Amino acid sequence: MAASDELGALTKAFSGFGVDEKSLISILGKSHPEQRQTFRKGTRDFFIQDERQFERWDDRHVIQLQHEFLRFKHAIVLWTMHQWERDARLLKEALYKGPTHNVLIEVACTRSSEELLGARRAYHSLFDHSVEEDVAFGIHDPERKLLVALVSSYRYEGPKVNEETAKSEAKFLSSAIKGAAGNKNLIENEEVVRILVTRSKLHLISVYKHYKEISGNYLDEDLDGHLYLQETVQCLCKPQAYFSKVLDASMIPNVDEIKKEAVTRIIVTRADVDMKQIKEEYNHKYGVSLPNKIEDVANGNYRDFLLTLVARGD
Amino acid sequence: MSSLSVPAHVPSVAEDCEQLHKAFTGWGTNEGLIISILGHRNAAQRKSIRQVYAETYGEDLLKALDKELTNDFERIVLLWTLEPSERDAYLANEATKRWTSSNQVLMEIACTRSPKELLLAREAYHARFKRSLEEDAAYHTHGDFRKLLVPLVSSYRYGGDDVNLTLAKSEAKLLHEKISKKAYNDDDLIRILATRSKAQINATLNQYKNEFGNDINKHLKADPKDEFLAILRGTIKCLVCPEKYFEKAIRLAINRQGTDEGALTRVVATQAEFNMKIIKDEYQKRNSVPLDRAIAKDTTGDYEKMLLALIGHGEA
Repeated sequence: MAASDELGALTKAFSGFGVDEKSLISILGKSHPEQRQTFRKGTRDFFIQDERQFERWDDRHVIQLQHEFLRFKHAIVLWTMHQWERDARLLKEALYKGPTHNVLIEVACTRSSEELLGARRAYHSLFDHSVEEDVAFGIHDPERKLLVALVSSYRYEGPKVNEETAKSEAKFLSSAIKGAAGNKNLIENEEVVRILVTRSKLHLISVYKHYKEISGNYLDEDLDGHLYLQETVQCLCKPQAYFSKVLDASMIPNVDEIKKEAVTRIIVTRADVDMKQIKEEYNHKYGVSLPNKIEDVANGNYRDFLLTLVARGD
Repeated sequence: MSSLSVPAHVPSVAEDCEQLHKAFTGWGTNEGLIISILGHRNAAQRKSIRQVYAETYGEDLLKALDKELTNDFERIVLLWTLEPSERDAYLANEATKRWTSSNQVLMEIACTRSPKELLLAREAYHARFKRSLEEDAAYHTHGDFRKLLVPLVSSYRYGGDDVNLTLAKSEAKLLHEKISKKAYNDDDLIRILATRSKAQINATLNQYKNEFGNDINKHLKADPKDEFLAILRGTIKCLVCPEKYFEKAIRLAINRQGTDEGALTRVVATQAEFNMKIIKDEYQKRNSVPLDRAIAKDTTGDYEKMLLALIGHGEA
């Protein structure tokens, strides 16, 4: 391989999601000290010229490399976990890393009632606390009430929907949203929160439909500017569109680690649920197939594992 | 402990069904027979009876009871025959539909049941009413009451004995701070009561007493007419000393002009197979008269007989 090609290949092997183990072995394993020297001098991102005349690994990049090498391990461990433990750990992590509210909303709203209950049970076992007490303690107003209620929900999952109620609640939401234009206080509107956290998903889908008929807009679009409410509605009413959106936002170069982790999380947690629909949504919205996108941005074992998961149910 | 007394040799389910059916047929109803059977069977046995009765006679036992019985006797027999989770769901639904700020039933169910029992009640609620308990509770309550009740009915508390004493101290302090400012509807105050495990709350209240000299409920009596304070005090009692709460509920029910049968029925029907023995002991301690005597004095007829059967009166 020509020297510059090798440099490019090595750089790619170390960039993106996961590492290309095979390339690293074949290129680096066979390299001479001078070739490695060229590599160190040639890549500006990974190494810094030290004042004492040597090229030093950039610490930040070593830390990032740790994430990249472990990405495959993390995916495997997450995949093999019981779903309840997985969701309980995701919830716990979301609380102390950030907190990342969107993960709390995602887990609370895209799981079935029984799955969320299972996660709450596992949370008891793993952490000797209830998830709602930790969320209530760790999250503050104005979003606390919404998030505590979301993780505590045990929604009705049967087919019965009261269309009259759905229509009137859609009407209410429409005027509440108009009335809140400009200020951020919609999340403190108790009635808005009541509807979103207690009603069944089928009921909310009906509310979503009526909302469009009444106001001419989609409910989640009108909730622009009210991020947590918007994510709640998307997760409850159109989860596959939500997941494909998050995936796309995460598979961008140089995005932060928390966003990068979304890729593993979503693919592992949805592989056996609605991956097919997520792929369709993704393709429809972004004009490229999800597997192709993954091939583009991910490397090595991690990439192969993701592709295998994404292909399930095909 | 349960006060229910089930005979040592229980007749077969088929026999029980036959006897019950006999009790309904012909002129009038043989209430005594109904009491002697249903009043002495536990939840599993009653469930089998309902199942076999429906298979044998093509009718839900509850429907038959509804047709044959009336008034307070009917209500207690119907409530009693239901399984605990269905019963709780039924009572909770009733409480939401006729909710007023003095209604404590939702709080009572949410706080005196174990986390698992509350979950089963919520599940039974889905099955029977095709909605979730929290959606109905949220819809029918308002203001500070909703702020407290919805989290209470949605809770799935950690059920272990693990307690963090440092946290208990700091939360006791927080509670005292809010109460001193009369901020009874404060978010953190409600957060603590609605989400912490019962063991943790108990530890917190003990710390409160150690630090501030009095039981927390003594500091929640600023205004005797304030219904929110009343429900806060009830919440605390139900979480850490439910038998005292139930003793008081029964005492008030009996002492009221004409007796509050609703409360009496509810407490006896829901507690007979759980805490009734200890509630009876509390009652005797507090009122210097045994519960069965108080009930016998204040109620009559088949209603009285059923109550007495459920609290284990007169059985060996």
